[in-house]
Amino acid sequence: MAVVSGVPVEAGLEQIAPAKPWHAVAIDLTRRYPLGTGGAVIVVVMIVLAVFADVLSPYDPEENAFEFMLTPPGYQFWMGTDQFGRDILTRLVYGARTALFVGFSCAFIGAFTGLVLGVASAYFGGRFDLIFQRVMDVFMAFPLIIMALAVVSIFGTGTQNVIIAITIPFIPRCARVVRSSALAIREIPYVDAARACGFSDARIILRHMVPNVMAPFLIMISAFVGQAILLEASLSYLGLGVQEPTPAWGLMLQGGAEEYAESAPWVAIWPGIAISLAVFGFNLFGDALRDALDPKLRSQ
Amino acid sequence: MYKYIVKRVLLMIPTLIGAAVLVFFILRLIPGDVCELRLAGSGLYADPAEIELCRTNLGLNDPIPVQFADFVWGFFILDLGDSMWTGKPITFEIGLRFQLSLQVAFMATFVAVLISIPLGTISAIKQDTWIDYVVRIFSIAGIAIPSFWLGIMIILGLLIATQKFLGTPWMPPIEYVSPLEDPLGNMAQLIWPSVATGYRYSAVATRMTRSALLEVLREDYIRTARAKGLLEKVIINRHALKNSLLPVVTVIGIEFAFLMGGLVVTEQVFNLNGLGKLFVESVLNNDYTMTQALVMIVVAVFVFTNFVVDLFYAWLDPRIRYG
Amino acid sequence: MRRLYSKIAISAVVGAVLAIGGLGAAQAQKVKRGGVLNLVVGSKIPSYDGHVESTFGMIHPIRPFYSLLIRINPDNPQSPTDFVCDLCKGKVPTGTDGGKTYTFKIRTGVQFHDGTPLTAQDIVATYKKIIFPPKGIASSRKAFFKMVDSVSAPDDFTVVFKLKFPSGAFIPAVATPFNFVYSKKDLDTNGYTWHKKNINGTGAFRFVQHQPGSFVEGKAYERYHHIGKPYLDGFKAISAPKMALRLQAIRGDRASIEFRGFPPKARDDLVKALGDKITVQESDWNCVLLFTPNQKRKPFDDVRVRKALNLAVDRWGGSKYLSKIAIVKTVGGVVFPGHPLAATKAELVKLTGFGTDLKKNRAEARRLLKEAGVKEGFTFDFSNRGVDQPYKVVGTWLVGQWKKIGLVAKQRVQPSGPFYNTLRKTGDFDVSIDFNCQSVINPIADVTKFLGSSGSNYGHYDDPVLEKIYDRLLRAETESDQRKIMREYENRAINEMAHLGITLWWYKINPHRSYVKGWKIAPSHYLNQSLDQIWLDK
Repeated sequence: MAVVSGVPVEAGLEQIAPAKPWHAVAIDLTRRYPLGTGGAVIVVVMIVLAVFADVLSPYDPEENAFEFMLTPPGYQFWMGTDQFGRDILTRLVYGARTALFVGFSCAFIGAFTGLVLGVASAYFGGRFDLIFQRVMDVFMAFPLIIMALAVVSIFGTGTQNVIIAITIPFIPRCARVVRSSALAIREIPYVDAARACGFSDARIILRHMVPNVMAPFLIMISAFVGQAILLEASLSYLGLGVQEPTPAWGLMLQGGAEEYAESAPWVAIWPGIAISLAVFGFNLFGDALRDALDPKLRSQ
Repeated sequence: MYKYIVKRVLLMIPTLIGAAVLVFFILRLIPGDVCELRLAGSGLYADPAEIELCRTNLGLNDPIPVQFADFVWGFFILDLGDSMWTGKPITFEIGLRFQLSLQVAFMATFVAVLISIPLGTISAIKQDTWIDYVVRIFSIAGIAIPSFWLGIMIILGLLIATQKFLGTPWMPPIEYVSPLEDPLGNMAQLIWPSVATGYRYSAVATRMTRSALLEVLREDYIRTARAKGLLEKVIINRHALKNSLLPVVTVIGIEFAFLMGGLVVTEQVFNLNGLGKLFVESVLNNDYTMTQALVMIVVAVFVFTNFVVDLFYAWLDPRIRYG
Repeated sequence: MRRLYSKIAISAVVGAVLAIGGLGAAQAQKVKRGGVLNLVVGSKIPSYDGHVESTFGMIHPIRPFYSLLIRINPDNPQSPTDFVCDLCKGKVPTGTDGGKTYTFKIRTGVQFHDGTPLTAQDIVATYKKIIFPPKGIASSRKAFFKMVDSVSAPDDFTVVFKLKFPSGAFIPAVATPFNFVYSKKDLDTNGYTWHKKNINGTGAFRFVQHQPGSFVEGKAYERYHHIGKPYLDGFKAISAPKMALRLQAIRGDRASIEFRGFPPKARDDLVKALGDKITVQESDWNCVLLFTPNQKRKPFDDVRVRKALNLAVDRWGGSKYLSKIAIVKTVGGVVFPGHPLAATKAELVKLTGFGTDLKKNRAEARRLLKEAGVKEGFTFDFSNRGVDQPYKVVGTWLVGQWKKIGLVAKQRVQPSGPFYNTLRKTGDFDVSIDFNCQSVINPIADVTKFLGSSGSNYGHYDDPVLEKIYDRLLRAETESDQRKIMREYENRAINEMAHLGITLWWYKINPHRSYVKGWKIAPSHYLNQSLDQIWLDK
C-alpha cells in the first residue's frame, strides 16, 4: 500500500478534501472578500426591510398628520417626521421597497434585453451587427437625464414610467459590454462545431454563448441596481420621478433637502444616507463579484 | 489605416441621422406647447388667439414634413436657427454656455485623473490589503452619494463654516465670469462643482486603472522582468503603467464626452449657466429648435470622441486596424 | 422673530396712514445714494416685450427700463385703489362724461434713453399696439381693454381714452405693469416686434447688457423724470432657477433681495442665521389656488358631488398648518381678501365648505355622495403641476382631505408643459389643480375666471345665470352696488353650483437684506418693480 504524504491512497478522496461546512465557507469568503461581504450584508438588510415593510414600520407611510409636522427625532418618531407629519422611519422602510422595485426592475429588464441583443448581434455579425451598433450608439449618445426627461414628459410620471425611463439607457450599455465578450467567444471552435452539428441559431445562442458571458453580465446587473436607485433620486430631484404620496427615497430628498436643510435637517439626512448606503452596498458587492469571477484579477 | 479611417467616418453619419430623427419625433410627442408656457405659464390669463398666433409665427402650425425638412436643412448649412423661447439665435445662446461647460468638463477631468491614477495604482499594487479596501470605499462613496445632495451640503457647509469662523457667511459666486477677465472669481465659482464632479468620475477611472493594472501585472513579460531582478517600482513605472493606461484613457475620454451637457443636476445645484441647465430648460419649455440643436451637438461630440478614441486604439494596436 | 414682524407691521400701517394722508412716506433716515442692487430671479426671460410676455421672469429684470402711464403707488403698494401718475401729470383722472372719457395730462421734459423726447403720441402708439394691434401682432392683455372704444391725442401732452361703457375695471387695467410705454419712432421705424429683442424706454435705468441664462444689467438713467431718483447706481438681475440657491445667495450676500417670495421655513432659516441683517416683509398675494372638477365627466357634472368635494376641505385648519410649510395662508372667496369688494368672515362661513363645523360638513359631504350614487372608495384622477410651492404641497393636502369622506384621489403630477396641455387642451382629467393669478388687483376683471364663457375656464360648463350676474357687475357704478352683486356672483359660483373649489389664497414672504431700503411689498410679484425708490444703506 503506497503512502503519499502521509495519507493512504485507498483512504478515498473525502479525506484529502473533506467537505466544508457552510459556515466555514462563509467565514472563508468573508476573509477573502471583506468589502463584498459588507456589501452583501447591506443588500440583504434592504431586501428584508422591503419585504417586511408592513410588519416592521410603526406608522402609515402616506397619512398626513399635521399636528406632528417636522418633529425632531425622538422617542415617538425615531427619525422624526416630515412636513406632512409622516414618520420618516416608516417612509424610509417603505422607500426601500420602491427603491428595490425600481432598482431591480430596471437592472434586470435592461440587462437581459441588453444581453439578448448583444449576444445576437455578436453571433449574427455582418449587416445586422453594423445597424445594431449604430442604433445603440444613438441611444448611448443621448444624455441619460434627457432621455429620462423625454420619457417622463411623454408618458407621465409615476413608478412604472420611471422604470421605463431608466431602463432605456441601460440596454445599449449592457449590449455593448456583452457584445465584446460574445465576440471573443464566437471564434472558439466549439461554436463552429455546434453549427456543424446543425444546432439552430437560437439554441447555440442560448445554450452556449450566453452562459459564457455571465461574468461581466452579473457584474453589470449589480452596478445597474445602484445606478437605477441614483437615477430615480435625480429624476425626483428634477420633479420627474415617483410622485407623492408614494414613499421613495429620491422623492423624500427632493421635498426635504432644499427647504428644510437647516431647520429640520433630519428630513433630508436619512434618505440621503439610505440612498448612499444602498448604492454603496450594491457596488461593493458587484466589485467583489467581479474580483471573484474574473480569474485574472484574483490575488496571487 | 486609411481605409479604416474612412470606414469609421462613414459610420458616424448614420448615427447622426438616427439621432436627428429620434430627437425630432420624441420632442413632438412630448405634450405641452412653448407658446402656452410663455404666455400663460405664470397663471395669468392668455387669449387662445394669441397663443395660436405665436404658434404660427414660430412655424409650429406647419405640416410635420416641412418642419423636419427645415430642421435637417438648417443643420446642413450650419444655421441652427432661433430659440423658440427667446427668439435669439441658438448659436448665440449656446456659445455662452458652451464656454462654461467646457471649462468645468476640463477641470473635472483633471481632478478625476489626479485622483484616479495614483489611487488606482496603489490599490492594484496593494491588492486586498487594507489600503486597497480604503481606496475602494473612498472611490465608491464618490458615486454612491447623490450629487445634488453633495452639492447642497457643500454650499451649506461653506455658508455655515465661514459664518462660524470668519463672522460673515460666504458662498461661491453665482454668475459666471470668464477666466480671462477675472481668474479668481471664475475659480471661486467653478472649483466646487469641478471637484464634486471630478470626485464622482474618478470612481470609474480608479476602478479601471486598478483592474487594467492588475491584468497587466499578470502578463508574462512582467513575470520575466521580475525574474530578471528589476525593482518593483521600475517595473510598475516603466512597463506596467504605460501598457495599462490604454483602457483608462478610453474611459476618461468617453466620460469627458458625457460631461458636456450631461451635468444636468450639478448645474442646477451650483447654479451654473451651462449646457445641462439649458438642456433641461429647453425640454421643459418645449423649445423644439433649441433642444434639437443641443441634442445634435451632444451626439456629435460623443460620436467624434468615440472616433478619436477608436483611431487611438487602432494606432496603438495593429491587430485592430487590420482585423 | 415675532417682535420683528410686529415692528414691521406697525411701521407698514403708520407708513400707509401717512401716505393716505397725502404726506407721502416720510423716510426716517436720510437716503444714501449709490451702490448696485443684486437681485435673484427664478425664471427665464422669453423676450423683452412687456405687451406679449406674462412671466415675472421678464418683469423683474426688464420693468426697471420702462415707465408706465399710471402705476400703483410705490409708497403704498398694498392699497388696491391707490394709483398715481408715472408719465402723466397730477392726479389719476376720474371718468368724465358719465365715466366714459378719461383725459390724461402728460409730463413735459421726459426723454427716452436714446434721447427722443416723449409726447402724447408715444402713449397713443403704445396703447394702440396693446388694445388694437395690427393683424399678426400679439398682445396678451387685449381682453382687459374690451371697454375701450378709442385712444387719441388732441395735443402733444394730452391723451384721451373713450370707453364704450363706464367700467370700474378700466383704471386698474391701465396700471398693469406690463404696459411698457414705447416710443412711436421705434414702432414706426423698426416695426412691432422690435421690442422683443431691443430695449428703449423712459425708466429709471438704462439697459447695459443681458447674458442669457446668467444676468441682466442696468445702469441709472441720469435724466429720469422723477427728479432725484433712482438712488441706485445700477442693478443686476441674476438668474437662479432653484429656490435653495436663491436663498443661499441672499444668505451669502451674493444677492440682497428676491422679489417673488420664499416659503415660511426658508424665511425662518434666514432669520435664524442672520438675525437683524434680514428684514422680512409679508403680505397676501393676488393668487388663489383652486381645484377644478371636469363637468364633462361623470360624476362631476352632479352639483352634489362638487359640493361634497368642497365640504370635505378644512380650509381654516388647512390655513393654520399649510401656512407653516407653504406659500398659502388666507381663507377667502372669489375676491382678493382685504379688498373692499371681498367677503367678510361672517359672509364667508355661509359658503359651501367654508363653515367651521368640520364634522357637520364632512357628514353632509358623505350624505351628498351617497345621494348622488358615489360609492365609498371611489377613485378619480387628480392632475397637478410639478412645482413644489404651493401646488404639490396643497395637492397632497387635498388628497388627504378627500380621503376623509371616502374618496380616493390619484394624484398625477406632471411638469408644467404637459400639465397645461392636460388642463387646457385635452381636458383629460377628472379634477385638476387650477389657479387664478393676476397682477393689479382688479376684482371685476379677475373674477371672470369663474365664468363658463371665460377663456381661462377649464371646468367645461355653461352657466347663463352666472353670466347675467356678471354683466350687471361689469356695469355697476357705485362700490356698494358692486359689492352686493359680487356677493350674488360668489354665491352662485361657489355656493349654489360649486363650479370651482377655492382652496387658499397665496401668501407672499419676502425676506431681504436689511440694507435694502425703500421697497415696499405689493400684493403681487408683478407690482412695484420699477426699483426707482430703492436705496442701499451701506
